Amino acid sequence: MPKFVFLPTDVALALLLAGLALYIWHARRSPDLRATWRPVFRDAAAMSALLMLSLFLLVAVLDSVHFRTRLPSVAGAPADAPAAYSTRTYSVLDQLLRRQMEGTERTYSAPLSYQSYSKETVEVDGKPVREFPRLAYGGAHLKEPARQWLPDLARRSAAGLVAGLVVALLLAATVVALRAGRRRVAFSASAREVWRRETEVPLRAMLLTAGAVLLAVGWAAAVWPAYHILGTDRTGNDVLYQALKSIRTAIVIGSLATLATLPFAISFGILAGYFKGWVDDAIQYLYTVLTSIPPVLLIAAFVLMIQVWIDKNPQLYETGLERADVRLLLLCVILGVTGWATLCRLLRAEALKLSELDYVQAARAFGVSNLGIMRRHIFPNLMHIVLIVAVLDFSGLVLYEAVLSYVGVGVDPTTASFGSMFNLARTEMSRDPPVWWNLLAAFIFMLALVLSANLFAGAVREAFDPRARAFRPRLARSARSVPPAGERAVDDGRAAAGGAG
Amino acid sequence: MLAVDLGPGLCRDDDASMLNYILRRLAYGVLILVGVNLFTFILFFTLNTPDDMARLNIGGKRVTADAIEKWKIERGYDKPLLFSGKDQGARRFTNTIFFERSVQLFAFRFGASDSGRDIGYEIRQRIGPSLAVALPTYLLGVMATVCVALLMVFFRATYLDFWGVTGAVVLMSISALFYIIVGQWFFSNLLRLVPISGFAGGWNLAVFLALPIVIGVVARLGGDSLLYRTMFLEEIGKDYVRTARAKGLSEAAVLFRHVLRNASLPILTSTVAVLPLLFLGSLIMESFFGIPGLGSYTIDAINAQDFAVVRAMVFLGSFLYIIGLILTDVSYTLVDPRIRLA
Repeated sequence: MPKFVFLPTDVALALLLAGLALYIWHARRSPDLRATWRPVFRDAAAMSALLMLSLFLLVAVLDSVHFRTRLPSVAGAPADAPAAYSTRTYSVLDQLLRRQMEGTERTYSAPLSYQSYSKETVEVDGKPVREFPRLAYGGAHLKEPARQWLPDLARRSAAGLVAGLVVALLLAATVVALRAGRRRVAFSASAREVWRRETEVPLRAMLLTAGAVLLAVGWAAAVWPAYHILGTDRTGNDVLYQALKSIRTAIVIGSLATLATLPFAISFGILAGYFKGWVDDAIQYLYTVLTSIPPVLLIAAFVLMIQVWIDKNPQLYETGLERADVRLLLLCVILGVTGWATLCRLLRAEALKLSELDYVQAARAFGVSNLGIMRRHIFPNLMHIVLIVAVLDFSGLVLYEAVLSYVGVGVDPTTASFGSMFNLARTEMSRDPPVWWNLLAAFIFMLALVLSANLFAGAVREAFDPRARAFRPRLARSARSVPPAGERAVDDGRAAAGGAG
Repeated sequence: MLAVDLGPGLCRDDDASMLNYILRRLAYGVLILVGVNLFTFILFFTLNTPDDMARLNIGGKRVTADAIEKWKIERGYDKPLLFSGKDQGARRFTNTIFFERSVQLFAFRFGASDSGRDIGYEIRQRIGPSLAVALPTYLLGVMATVCVALLMVFFRATYLDFWGVTGAVVLMSISALFYIIVGQWFFSNLLRLVPISGFAGGWNLAVFLALPIVIGVVARLGGDSLLYRTMFLEEIGKDYVRTARAKGLSEAAVLFRHVLRNASLPILTSTVAVLPLLFLGSLIMESFFGIPGLGSYTIDAINAQDFAVVRAMVFLGSFLYIIGLILTDVSYTLVDPRIRLA
């Protein structure tokens, strides 16, 4: 039994997931929330994005379960001797990708290559010769790489792609069959409906996205064990593995930093909007002071101070990994402490409006306490703003992490992150010939994550903010994006009302 | 033409209330600045003692009690924080870290950095280069985004709009660092059109600034053009647009003569808010392109853990922000008479 290690951000992420599950459970039971969320689940782009986001989340969760493996007991040790554990902490993802993690080369190697990227002096028959040395892991199974490399790669790719395709087709068939069973229609009719986009949930788009992902995963599963798909970086680490590890950092920052803003933003926003007067003045003063400091400088000031503080308190962490993780968590807290002003301003304005409404007056007349009114009557009616802003902020924070890491106030240098990959890429691209795969890996994964988050956030905003719906690009005469007649009438009515108001 | 006529101009009464208003905004600005100053002081001097900072700055094996003491005396951090009991009269308050490091900022006396250079001199030297990059980037960026947004609005409900928005979302999802790294590689390493980085006076300036400016514009194009598109679409639903259309004006005339003018109010006021901050330059642009401005100064200070420079830049940044805030409020009341002075 390995010894589980609970890093601070692991715990925070687990709590966040629990909160998310609780919200889903709550939203499923509430007819209102179900109705509000429904357009999101009908939106093809949003659902494909949700699929991608779930995949990223899965990687992040796999990378958030840490443990130290048990070392084999020494021969001759007494039976009740305490178990010894490895000093290195692994995550489940590390364990799954053990070969990729440990298969480090000496230095740079190009994607899918079997030899090093630069020539080295090797001794052949007693004479020094300049040549490209073979890699220790990438393509190590090839006996005559020059001749075998391409056929081997083609064979593996074909096998992987076919396997991915088969799984994708099986998945599609299962979905169609399940749907046919539930709707009591023939399999072929169900398949036709899915293909013609006549389903409520955009199954075709989701299945296509899943198919593309499965193809990519199948290909990677076939090729990765033998080659470094995205090459290796300066210290010989597999770049694809680093990119997968970076996903967790990005998701932790995107979600926990938003979470950290909520206590300040919600409590101050409601207090200011409800009590008005000097409370409002004080809170407005507070957030004007905070916003008047340029954000990067404010964060830099905090991070510099926290760095000194972390160095001063070494009892907080045992290993380098824990130190890096404490820093990651504190970075999220700092982003929260410095970033609550925008949301607070929105909530204050809304609370100001709500506190004048009749039902709040009625509650007051009935003698409900201030705290009770704020908790039961104002707070629930602000939740949609909190949700919209939290979802919109996520992608911005993921992008922000890269900038902060570049400036030198981001995550710990030992933590894998897109920012540090970009940082390395800067010098790598000015080499001749350029080392481009680090940049490419960071670009692909970050774009996929941020784009999915943006698309999903857009749909959520449209669902919760009727005004945003009017600005959605709509194709006038295209048959495919025409919603059912009833819904469109409501939509246009809202757009007109929003425009006139 | 503005939707609301400016009326017969501001009369004498309004002038007095305007002055009153500006004075009140100024007073509030000073109050905010005091808050910023107190906040930075607390952040920098109470969470960690000067001893900790000295240890970090000296670093490694050289940390001894003597070295820390010497480091502090050289930089004036050996003084008491708020109140000096040893001195007489006003010196009790002025011979402290708080007075020398925080109060002096209000007179723009930034003092020496932790590495011993005069911060005020550095700032004066570096404001020019910062502005040379930031100002054209911002102005060209606003023009480009307005054009793109107008195009999307003009072709709304067509494929051009749909793909425009989609493209903007994709552009928005790409890190600014990527644009810079790829831009530098493509235009400087591959095509050798412009130098990779550097700065020079005179006509050579344009060669060095072309790439950072273009990249700066492109990096912001996605998000900003979506924002402006929303602003234009908001205007397009209003009554005066319907009237203009009913008069039989062409769509282009409606867009450029009516919608653009009215939507440019918020664009103008947001410009006024941002202009002072342009003095600070852009952190990553300047550091990538080797421009000796305030942005690269700040990054260097952060990397060298020079707290004095970071404090000075925090003060300068919030000072400029507050100036922008006041200018915005004033310009709102000047441009839009519907906004009453409260």
